[in-house]
Amino acid sequence: MSEELYVGTRKGLFILEQNEEDWSIKRHEFPGEPVSMIMPDPRDGMLYAALTHGHFGAKLHRSADSGESWEECGLPTYPETAETESVVAETTGEKPKGDSLEEIWAMEPGSGSRLWAGTIPGGLFYSDDQGTNWQLVESLWNDPQRPQWMGGGKDHAGLHSICVDPRNPDRITVAVSVGGVWQTNDGGTSWDLIGEGLRAEYMPPDQASSLLMQDPHLLVHCPASPDHMWIQHHNGIFRSENGGLNWSEITDVDPAVFGFAVAVHPDKPDLAWFVPAIKDETRIPFQGEFVVTRTQDGGKSFDKLTSGLPQNNAFDIVYRHALAVDPIGTTLAMGSTTGNLWISQNSGDDWKSISNHLPPVYCLKFNPTRN
Amino acid sequence: MIPTMPRVCFTPNLHKLVDVHEYEVAGSTIAQALEDVFSRQPTLQSYIVDDQKRLRRHINVFVDGELIRGAHPLNTEIRPESEIYIMQALSGG
Repeated sequence: MSEELYVGTRKGLFILEQNEEDWSIKRHEFPGEPVSMIMPDPRDGMLYAALTHGHFGAKLHRSADSGESWEECGLPTYPETAETESVVAETTGEKPKGDSLEEIWAMEPGSGSRLWAGTIPGGLFYSDDQGTNWQLVESLWNDPQRPQWMGGGKDHAGLHSICVDPRNPDRITVAVSVGGVWQTNDGGTSWDLIGEGLRAEYMPPDQASSLLMQDPHLLVHCPASPDHMWIQHHNGIFRSENGGLNWSEITDVDPAVFGFAVAVHPDKPDLAWFVPAIKDETRIPFQGEFVVTRTQDGGKSFDKLTSGLPQNNAFDIVYRHALAVDPIGTTLAMGSTTGNLWISQNSGDDWKSISNHLPPVYCLKFNPTRN
Repeated sequence: MIPTMPRVCFTPNLHKLVDVHEYEVAGSTIAQALEDVFSRQPTLQSYIVDDQKRLRRHINVFVDGELIRGAHPLNTEIRPESEIYIMQALSGG
């Protein structure tokens, strides 16, 4: 067995390889550039890396040789407003309006050759030519409720989660911070705002159950049982057994229900992992103890996993895309804002530090074609 | 008299990201000069302007050694012998 792991950080993409029990950094690509999303495509082996240049905007690159060489793709772009149809239009002196791509925050394979991308400001785009050309899903963009989406940790709302139902790729569920959970059953022609049971405690009490004002930090589904979904939400952990229509809140979790990341086992919908922190106002681990929580019974009980993780003076936060489980379901990887990278090869029971000196970790994914 | 054309140059930081060089361009405004460059190197466009064709927030333009400011910097008129220098603002970390 030899797995491969892609780690997107504030200062580039790291490609790690497993040799027996050891993991080592094999390559460092895009040095100095923030990598907001990485997607190894299991269908054709193409590897995509989304960059967010500080000065030059968000970009997308693809590699057909596992990261040895790269070419720049096309980009999701937002509709131009009428008064800014070209650079020359600026000569009219009219104030330009309209959205501009800040970040590619999610990428997922769809049906056929389709690629999906979620963005900040909150948009959903697709490409049918390996990222050369992108189209905006206008049905979602033009939904009358979409302008009410609002920024959470970012200035604009962002679409960070895309769950494509493996039984029916026209059924897609996406999550937006802050804009709730949306679902299409016709490949994106029409959308429903779903999520009964989600609760937003940061809203005025009479708005707490508003579907639109929910802040799911991450939405995942169990690939083998896609109706079983988990959300790590701004103020809690929620679980759905009917494809996201209804959610039950899970409140009894030591040390906390706040966090960003959630991963679910590929075959066992009741088995999920979270990385807790003190809620919202501080966003640091409880009492300097960095732990992972795991449920194996659908949220009825949780294990607090500490073996191999720092239990003193730890201030690591794991972002929403920085916890991943491999296709087998036993190896986990996790990267933190303080540049620590851990791997567990026994379902989270024990963790091994791979590096303590990386840049802040934004995202990581296992190569789905290697195991 | 040898006819001259405006020239557009780019910060070294951009050279590592996009294949750019110095361009002699047509046009009497910065916007027109950039349109000419983008037509020859389409990849460059999204690095300099955003989706709405606004100059990116962290991009500065110098014309003949002067930093161009104001609400619509791309409207600035240029002369046939002008040198336009595109650089990134000194921000970030």
